[in-house]
Amino acid sequence: MKRRGQRKLHQLSVFRSIKYILSILLAVSAYQSTSIAAEIHEPMRPYWSFEGPLGKFERASLQRGYQVYTEVCSGCHSMDLLSYRNLIQPGGPEFSEKQAKAMAAMFEVETGPDQDGEMFMRPAILSDKFVSPWENEQQARAANGGAYPPDLSVIVKARPNGADYIYSLLLGYKDAPEGTDLDDGVYYNEYAKGMRIAMPQVLYEDGVEYTDGTAATEEQMAHDVTTFLTWSAEPKLEERKRMGFKVIIYLLILAFLFYFTNKAIWKDSH
Amino acid sequence: MSDSKPVTRRNFLFISTAAFSAAGAATIGIPLVSQMNPDASVKALASTEVDVSTIVPGQSITVLWRGKPVFIRRRTEEEINEAQKVKLEDLPDPEGDDTRVQNPEWLVMVGICTHLGCIPLGNKGDYNGWFCPCHGSHYDTSGRIRKGPAPTNLEIPDYVFLDNNTIKIG
Amino acid sequence: MSTDYEPKSAVAKWIDKRLPIVTLFNGHLMQYPTPKNLNYWWTFGGILTFCLVTQIITGLVLAMHYIADAELAFSSVEHIMRDVNYGWLLRYIHANGASMFFIAVYIHMARSLFYGSYKEPRELIWIIGVFIFLLMIATAFMGYVLPWGQMSFWGATVITNLFSAIPVFGESITNWLWGGYSVGSPLLTRFFTLHYLLPFLIFGLVILHVWALHVPGNNNPEGIDVVQGSQDTVPFHPHYVVKDVFALIVFMIVFAGFVFFTPNLLGHTDNYIQANPLQTPEHIVPEWYFLPFYAILRAIPDKLGGVIMMVSAIAILAFLPWLDTSKVRSAKYRPLFKQFYWIFLANFLLLGYLGAQPAEGIYVIISRIATIYYFVHFIVILPVLGFVEKTKPLPKSISEPVLNEKERAAKAASA
Repeated sequence: MKRRGQRKLHQLSVFRSIKYILSILLAVSAYQSTSIAAEIHEPMRPYWSFEGPLGKFERASLQRGYQVYTEVCSGCHSMDLLSYRNLIQPGGPEFSEKQAKAMAAMFEVETGPDQDGEMFMRPAILSDKFVSPWENEQQARAANGGAYPPDLSVIVKARPNGADYIYSLLLGYKDAPEGTDLDDGVYYNEYAKGMRIAMPQVLYEDGVEYTDGTAATEEQMAHDVTTFLTWSAEPKLEERKRMGFKVIIYLLILAFLFYFTNKAIWKDSH
Repeated sequence: MSDSKPVTRRNFLFISTAAFSAAGAATIGIPLVSQMNPDASVKALASTEVDVSTIVPGQSITVLWRGKPVFIRRRTEEEINEAQKVKLEDLPDPEGDDTRVQNPEWLVMVGICTHLGCIPLGNKGDYNGWFCPCHGSHYDTSGRIRKGPAPTNLEIPDYVFLDNNTIKIG
Repeated sequence: MSTDYEPKSAVAKWIDKRLPIVTLFNGHLMQYPTPKNLNYWWTFGGILTFCLVTQIITGLVLAMHYIADAELAFSSVEHIMRDVNYGWLLRYIHANGASMFFIAVYIHMARSLFYGSYKEPRELIWIIGVFIFLLMIATAFMGYVLPWGQMSFWGATVITNLFSAIPVFGESITNWLWGGYSVGSPLLTRFFTLHYLLPFLIFGLVILHVWALHVPGNNNPEGIDVVQGSQDTVPFHPHYVVKDVFALIVFMIVFAGFVFFTPNLLGHTDNYIQANPLQTPEHIVPEWYFLPFYAILRAIPDKLGGVIMMVSAIAILAFLPWLDTSKVRSAKYRPLFKQFYWIFLANFLLLGYLGAQPAEGIYVIISRIATIYYFVHFIVILPVLGFVEKTKPLPKSISEPVLNEKERAAKAASA
């Protein structure tokens, strides 16, 4: 039983503890938001099936997203960390081996040298990395007015607000307000830093004819390609969350067992 | 007598805790050991598909499979007959030619001498097959050891004919 | 610890006769008399040992796949994440493990500060601890460089450039460190080597740390001396082995939460961009556990001054046993010290927040005030407090506070 004075001191330290926890949370949130300049709009927050502790990718969306990447984005953006075999593995778009081989064969890779010491081209196979549109960074810059279209393999993890940001950016092209000064090759985008970006709008309604017949609205394409890019950045997402669920349940049970074991051991010591 | 019940309950608690912990500890070992197994990029190169459409009878090619040389030879009628006529008693490592090939016209074998690992030379040796220059092992037209220090015949890898023109090794 | 323990099995006897590790193990980890009133703040030593072992083991297996070359480092880490069996798991455990390691060490240090565990006769335990902390900082800093992302590269550039502030020899020392004229592959390779080495030095210091602890025995929440082997102590096994493991499991639940559900929350998105020597990120931010010291570094307008103050902020900890002049150990019996303790903690958290802000405007002013206060706490407040503070009367033994309550309850019942 605590005396009144002691209770008051206890209350004060509880109050202080809450203050410190709040300041910790503040520090974490401030740390997270440091990278976003004050000028950018907060991104849109659409529904993502892969968010949350039980999140999963929608296979169909991943497959459509791959189609959008290949038909729209791959003209300028490489995905150097992906291989064609990744398209088959569980947790991803899960194309069949036959489909993936056919998709790979649409691209050519340089290989060799042959008997005469010459390099030559051959169709890509599953074990090859995604073919880049460029030989090197200089070529990419030269073709894009000095700006380098970044590799997209981990772009979703490389930008604050990840998927929300990419989605918003793709849909963020608006007419610049009256009197806005835009250089050549710079476009107005509500979600880009300083409202300016060197990439033009690329998603237009029906720009892609989806093989599964889904209507290719701008939002649909943005959603699908962002889902695909999230998978590309985190191919093990589903396995990770599945394992996490089991691990936490196991640890909770173990904590429960150890709590009572501890209680039993200390019973006679107080 | 009266405190045997709480004591057994206590023992049950301790034993379950220990067992549950041990299960967890053992599971931790799985990723630690598994990470040393061939990873996905290595396994992707575990099989090699070879286009054999341009190989004429009597011609051999060598391809790289899992870091090792593989001889693919399109045998002539003569070589096939020679291989099939050999008596098993004459072989240091008895193996019929029919067990070494899926299609008698095509001989697919790992080109590493079973003695100490050198690469035998084709169209050489006393048996019209291969000859290993390192220590003088002679292999016949079925890749079987006939003379020399090598203990066993040249290894036949797993392979399938995906179609008439393509062999998938491994 | 001298006990009457005799090894039981024949094998144990045979070994113990030649190398007394069986009696050592028994004396220090099983029968070891430990104060019976330790609370959960005392479980973090065991938790820290778990963190060290986890980092060493995951680090070891990651090193089987990582390539310490500027061209290949980033993609080798991605290779681990994508292709190596369970590579993603090992990487996320190792990266989040570093954060968990620092959470635990800050709590462990906070415990010592509150309960006066650094005071006589435990000064050397504390000082060894300060060296462990320094090695941890060095190890974590080098480890963060290895993935060779933008933050890896530019964080390395900022911090290694600090060496050029040293008068006369600064530039040569910096080039010697770099093995070149800027951060690049030579620095990366040597950081990998040292990052692999230092944890084993930490392990050695931890052994000295525990050895030094076992001379006087553990402190306790009352801060008073405890007679070893009396009714005020319990054997370490099973009482504290089980309690430590319980606390560890709760810790692991938090750890698992990070690893499996928010593995990149404590990191920085810029580190998923490959290092580019021609492009500096907008805000170069170190990992969260360095933020308070980073704030101190930036608060001083002079480059060399900033370096000196940042290093002093850690070095001053080593002098704590002498700066704190109070004869009373535990803040439980030091009401005025307790207030200043919480203020110090709040100031430290404030410094951490400031370390993540851009170094402009009001942030600069507050950082300077907070930095000054940090040093004032050690150099002015603690020494003075020991003389002017009116401490509460200490209990005669650690069982006494309990008895007093019982006596009080008996009185109230009879009233």
